[in-house]
Amino acid sequence: MANGATIAAKSIAAAGIGRPPRSSRRADIIFKAIMFGALAISVLALGLLLYEIVKDGAGAVTPEFFTNQPSKVRPQTAGAQSAIYGTLWLMAITAVIVIPIGVATAVYLEEYADRTKWWNRLIEVNIQNLAAVPSVVYGILGLAFFVRSPLSLGNVILAGGMTLALLVLPVVIIVAREAIRSVPPSIREGSLALGATQWQTIAKQVLPASIPGIATGVILALSRAIGETAPLLLIGAATSPRFNPDGLDSAFTALPVQIYTWSTDADRDNFLPLASAAILVLMAVLLIMNSIAIYLRNRYEQKW
Amino acid sequence: MSGAGASSQGVRAKLARTPTLRSRYERFVKLVLFSAAAISVLTTIAIIFSLIRETITFFGEVPVADFLFGDKWTPLLNGDQQSFGVLPLIWGTLYLSFIGLAVAIPLGLLSAIYLSEYAKPRARKTIKPVLELLAGVPTVVFGFFALTFFTPEVLKNFVGLDIGTFNALSAGIVLGFLVMPTIASVAEDAMTAVPRSLREGAFGLGANRRQVSLRVVFPAALSGIVAALVLGASRAIGETVIILIAGGTVARLGVDPQQGYQSMAAYIAFVSRGDAPTGSVEFLTLFAVGLTLFVITLALNLVSIRLVNKYRQVYD
Repeated sequence: MANGATIAAKSIAAAGIGRPPRSSRRADIIFKAIMFGALAISVLALGLLLYEIVKDGAGAVTPEFFTNQPSKVRPQTAGAQSAIYGTLWLMAITAVIVIPIGVATAVYLEEYADRTKWWNRLIEVNIQNLAAVPSVVYGILGLAFFVRSPLSLGNVILAGGMTLALLVLPVVIIVAREAIRSVPPSIREGSLALGATQWQTIAKQVLPASIPGIATGVILALSRAIGETAPLLLIGAATSPRFNPDGLDSAFTALPVQIYTWSTDADRDNFLPLASAAILVLMAVLLIMNSIAIYLRNRYEQKW
Repeated sequence: MSGAGASSQGVRAKLARTPTLRSRYERFVKLVLFSAAAISVLTTIAIIFSLIRETITFFGEVPVADFLFGDKWTPLLNGDQQSFGVLPLIWGTLYLSFIGLAVAIPLGLLSAIYLSEYAKPRARKTIKPVLELLAGVPTVVFGFFALTFFTPEVLKNFVGLDIGTFNALSAGIVLGFLVMPTIASVAEDAMTAVPRSLREGAFGLGANRRQVSLRVVFPAALSGIVAALVLGASRAIGETVIILIAGGTVARLGVDPQQGYQSMAAYIAFVSRGDAPTGSVEFLTLFAVGLTLFVITLALNLVSIRLVNKYRQVYD
């Protein structure tokens, strides 16, 4: 006589799940080992990369590296001053452009947009797509639109900054939207009930409450911008200029471009320590920016 | 009663018709915010416009069929040697991406399953930042690593391959490490979004953790996981600098991973740094190849966006 328990046991066995036999237990261990292996390979690759760069570059990060100008012929006395200045300039230009546009777009999409309207859905899908357009395509946009007609700026740092701003705009929008969305509706309702208009509610309640999240997004976006090489190559960044940018219409280079120039030089082996040193400086800046972003996220994350 | 109701309706109608200074200001703010949002749409239009404008000029000089179906890509050579068949560039792009994804997909998915189903909170808290750090490494650094370490030290000296300075194997594998965190992170999001009740149901039936992960959570998150793979493929196809530095500058139809291959993105950057004069056919190839690349990645992105939106709808 089959009672309920044996029927259940049979159907569980038929479904292929249930008390694992010994072979299944072994499969468990193997599966766990494979997962650990996968993670270990990734972590090992990162470790190896950092180790190699520190080994080759640490000795070359000297005061002269920051004060001397790049050179394509004399690795002994070359530095990266113009590249470091260029990166700082680009960061500033990008931030000035991307913060207002990104935050305004996020506010519009979260607080005003009616999602049943086709143009608002178009904007959303468009931003999702722009986030995954290859950076070299942004470079073509910058080259065709900013460097040449209609804006005809030439190969200047402003064109580079504008291109990078468009490139990282989706990052700012996506993160800022999440920050705005996490402000609970009760805050808005309270403000509206006290007679504030919609914009007053946003400007005085919603935005202040979402600043840490927005700041995190901006920092992440800027750290992506200063690591980009391909768009700047297209814009026409100078190779190893011996002057710092002195205005928006100045020729420029940046750390990633300088790293590229040195590592593709015919005399590459002699420039290896310099390229490694430039990578170390760039990675240090990125690490600091990411740490600030993580700190902001943990410190100011509001629990409503 | 009804009279009071009617008059208050009248007042409301009047209020709606005569905008106050404040309501005008509110409308103005909305308009400004909408204009900001429109910039992202204008960006897409500008991208398409700048690609198509120059591509049309290019096709004025090179027949479309020669470009699309030609199997020799040597636009920078002179005279009879010059040829504009884009197939070798597309093949190089796919081949390098294939090597990259062969590395990134297993590593990324296994890491995602571990992080979402196995890891204790403490382990998650240490592993996730490491993956984020890997994701934040600039691509030029990966390219430098492939050229100066992975090819000479790992592939040549350690594995003992007889391999050139520029080769598909090194560029492809390092490309895989670039793409891996993207796949891991999107796939993990999709698996975390699977409701707990599904897992508890399976555990209640006596399934163990591996069975729950592979037979319940993984299929339930499938659309998000496919989205992760498609997004990863899109990133691999669009990646420029790793291949520019470590993949070589010859567009080749072939399958030997020890040789160098060029991808579309790497070609674009390469020709923009070369000495082809602006406006020449050689220079215009940049836009035709750019348009090809944009169309391919656009198709992949739209597929991935559709899939992501689908799994969000199912479980939110």
